[in-house]
Amino acid sequence: MTEFRMPSLGADMEAGTLVEWLVKPGDRVKRGSVVAVVETQKGAIEIEIFNDGLVSEIVVPVGGRVPVGTVLARLDGPAITPAQAAPPSLPPPLPAAAPPPAPPPSVPIVPIATAAPSRQPASPAARRLAGERGIDIQRLRGTGAGGAVTVADVEAAAPTVPGGETGRRRAGFDPAAMRQAIAAAMSRSKREIPHYYLSQTVEISGALARLERVNRERLPPDRILPAAFFLRAIALAMAKTPELNGFWEEGRFRPGDSVHIGWAIALRGGGLVAPAIRDADHRSLDELMASMRDLVLRARSAGLRSSELSDPTVTVTSLGDRGAETVLPIIYPPQVAMIGIGRIVTRPWVVNGAIEPRPVVTITLAGDHRASDGHRGGVLLAEIDRLLQEAETL
Amino acid sequence: MNEAEAKTLVLDVLSSIAPEADLAGLRGKVALRDELDLDSMDFLNFITFLHQRTGINIPEADYPKLSTLDSAVAYLHR
Repeated sequence: MTEFRMPSLGADMEAGTLVEWLVKPGDRVKRGSVVAVVETQKGAIEIEIFNDGLVSEIVVPVGGRVPVGTVLARLDGPAITPAQAAPPSLPPPLPAAAPPPAPPPSVPIVPIATAAPSRQPASPAARRLAGERGIDIQRLRGTGAGGAVTVADVEAAAPTVPGGETGRRRAGFDPAAMRQAIAAAMSRSKREIPHYYLSQTVEISGALARLERVNRERLPPDRILPAAFFLRAIALAMAKTPELNGFWEEGRFRPGDSVHIGWAIALRGGGLVAPAIRDADHRSLDELMASMRDLVLRARSAGLRSSELSDPTVTVTSLGDRGAETVLPIIYPPQVAMIGIGRIVTRPWVVNGAIEPRPVVTITLAGDHRASDGHRGGVLLAEIDRLLQEAETL
Repeated sequence: MNEAEAKTLVLDVLSSIAPEADLAGLRGKVALRDELDLDSMDFLNFITFLHQRTGINIPEADYPKLSTLDSAVAYLHR
């Protein structure tokens, strides 16, 4: 028998609310299938399971708000050794009569002093509909399991005044709770992590020329953005600089098992999430672009999965073409580095002894000085620069 | 596609990208990206969804012609 527990979706999560079960006792589940939807400060997240088996018991009903690590359901069937499938940040198993055979490595879960206010449970479909109609789901009485608000409840409710204070809102998204989560993680970072900062200006006319040529031949769904080039160069360079890729835990550095890049996505209406693009160093330019598009769309419509939120080994933020020229990032603990990409600007550049206008971008690194020194950080930035100069083969 | 249909289409696509925006109050001649806070990915999705709904290719070189509500409508119904 195995136990399915409330996963940790980042160091800043302490609890989650079960809003929907997609399986029932007697159902057969496969590793990687989405079995439940949990509401967190990052919105409603689809939770995947990491074992094959038969669901024998649902322990936490819809509407239950439980701490990370709580048993949500039990499965019959052998536990699968959570090799690379299991996110490394799964919580340590709680004391139990029969502990799971292969406990995953643990990371400390940082408690958040202020708990998020308890929220009205609701099905994702009901939340979506309420968002579309501008209805504040917190004020509805649920008639579903565990008092959850259903689609019928939303349909029965009178819509709030359009343009009123509640406004339209992303499903399952509570800006105040997310603000608290960001506050907790960033305060911890500034309190604990001795940051060092490095910056490199990179000339990118070659990358932009290739981009223009490639996009001219393609229809809009297949076009790529400059961010895909940056991400590809960063992923390859990170793979060569393992001391910047991983976690600072219990006073020492633990390297990541692969390069999982947390891609920072600003949410409309405030807040941000950084879901992981897993094994980014093994993905082509087109695959990275497809991942970014997919994540941005799903992050903004509350459709992220648990495995995407739990284990980035480094975070990248790109300010885009309406952002500032340079960003000095704040590391997301327990990671040990964060990379920032500024806005592409045209600046005077010396080419063969003459000054020419060229497109350039400033790439910055915030490093954790406990885990690495500025020299290694400089090596990383130089490698990113070198790769971007070889844009034709990137 | 006539002008009214083109405007309905553009507003519909924008509402899927910026669901929180008050599109009824959107002015015709201001830059969409500034007015609706669209980043590069949002704008590419805007172009992609318009392409998928109309079949028009919309090459990158034409992006500036879709920078405002009025110009995007004019581009689609020309």
